Amino acid sequence: MGQPVNGITLALSKGRIFEETLPLLAAAGIVPVENPESSRKLIIGTNRADVRLVIVRASDTPTYVQYGAADLGIAGKDTLIEHGGAGLYQPLDLEIAKCRMCVAVPVGFDYAAAVKQGSRLRVATKYITTAREHFASKGVHVDLIKLYGSMELAPLVGLSDVIVDLVSSGGTLKANNLVEVEDIMPISSRLIVNQASLKMKRELLQPVIDAFAGAVKKD
Amino acid sequence: MHRWLLPEAIEDVLPREAKKLEALRRSLLDAFRLRGYDLVIPPLLEYLDSLLIGSGSDLNLRTFKLVDQLSGRTLGIRADITPQVARMDAHLLNREGVTRLCYFGSVLHALPAGFTSTREPLQIGAEIYGHGGLEADLEIIRLLGESLALSGVQASRLDLGHVGVFKALADLGGIAGDLEQELLAVLQAKDVPGLKALVEDVAEPVYSALMALPGLYGGPEVLDRAQAVMPRDPRIQAALDDLRGLAAGLTGLPVSFDLADLRGYHYHSGIVFAAYCGQHPGAIALGGRYDEVGQAFGRGRPATGFSMDMREILRLLPVEKDAGAILAPLVGEGLDWAVAELRRAGEAVVPALPGHEGSWREAGCDRQLVKKDDLWVIVPLAE
Repeated sequence: MGQPVNGITLALSKGRIFEETLPLLAAAGIVPVENPESSRKLIIGTNRADVRLVIVRASDTPTYVQYGAADLGIAGKDTLIEHGGAGLYQPLDLEIAKCRMCVAVPVGFDYAAAVKQGSRLRVATKYITTAREHFASKGVHVDLIKLYGSMELAPLVGLSDVIVDLVSSGGTLKANNLVEVEDIMPISSRLIVNQASLKMKRELLQPVIDAFAGAVKKD
Repeated sequence: MHRWLLPEAIEDVLPREAKKLEALRRSLLDAFRLRGYDLVIPPLLEYLDSLLIGSGSDLNLRTFKLVDQLSGRTLGIRADITPQVARMDAHLLNREGVTRLCYFGSVLHALPAGFTSTREPLQIGAEIYGHGGLEADLEIIRLLGESLALSGVQASRLDLGHVGVFKALADLGGIAGDLEQELLAVLQAKDVPGLKALVEDVAEPVYSALMALPGLYGGPEVLDRAQAVMPRDPRIQAALDDLRGLAAGLTGLPVSFDLADLRGYHYHSGIVFAAYCGQHPGAIALGGRYDEVGQAFGRGRPATGFSMDMREILRLLPVEKDAGAILAPLVGEGLDWAVAELRRAGEAVVPALPGHEGSWREAGCDRQLVKKDDLWVIVPLAE
């Protein structure tokens, strides 16, 4: 693997997850030497020579950790469900980057009736696995349309009937004349660990995991 | 249409690797033979029912299936050789005492077992039947260690677990069916938040014991921590005693513990183990005890064993330059005798078929046989 045997590599995404991970890292005595928002570097050093951060797309975090390219990662529950979790340990709910996975429809769309009649719903989403499982457990047939962003647009232009998306404040939904009609699950970020790394580098990783756990509990 | 294209996660083994793989296979099978393990060669396919004995649904999903045109029954291409060997021990061999068996062969996985995994692992393994004591587990784990060493791979962790701990907890807590399945999944992932949501209604002391399981990994101190949080139960005590016994018997090996390692839970009945190696993102060899599997074939016998994928092992080994071959002319006086002598000594001697423009180095030759002063001598390849 392309990483030091005696060091720790932590994979995480820019933005909200990075910002909210900083206090947890601080609790473990780790301070990044650069800010990924202003730096274009993808590998960021820390005050500890044996700890480095790799900046990846949120949906890629589980993959990096699964392949052992990173020992640890911070990934949203939404991403983990889509990934499947193979080869990963998920020991901690970090209670950061919190939001909800929801079903949303255009204002005026009778969701309850559409679901009751057993009609086939067209669902636009980035979260195919989550959406499939949710509607299967409700007994509703769906046609899933995989999109990579701006899901809110799909029902407005007739691409889909409903969307499944993450909602935190609800502002984007409101601005696009959509309403939330069903809560699928609460989402927060998890600490994920490569299974072999936890066995091989336990002495290095355990203090970091424990420090994260301690910092979470304080909230 | 790219006719040279292979299906996903299926690969060829090219000459240099094949040579190494074959040498490795021979040395391992020889080592097994010298320790009393008899080689068996089970068939590539069997009735699906026999292949899936005692295994969970994941093995079923991983098995390639086809219909037998002679019987109309569903056949499976083996995804694991161990159940086949267990079938031989239980039904065909019928030996009363201890039986040691080993095997080597391709297995096929319809779904790859892991991320970079091949769908055609070359499985090699060894099994002991008929001895329920810890001595058999010790022998098998030591043999695993020796096999890795013989392959030139340094095991940096040998992780031990015992499915008996969770089995006893599930029984004490009245946990079965779907809940048991879901618990297995979250425990394997050490998914503590998920676990917490599942065991909310489980009563003490089982609740605390289950919540402690994901954290029970690490060095020998894990067993003391387990002792403190686990309910008093003879089955749990026996499991912890077994693990202590193993740790005491495996001095010199980098032993660690993980009580939430429930891989192959439906199949295994006691000690389970996995070997890890520095450069590899998963386990490189797996094994454990599976005492109840033989019962399905008519004779339950204590059983323990290990297996590993030779392709994975091969990938971990450094690429070495091997001894080259000797190019020999096609005809010459006394040539046949000289060539036979060299081959007897283990040298590869390549006859130079006439009319070729290219370099014989391509065929692996680095020396050549020439006649000097009426004697056949070896000189560096002159091209």
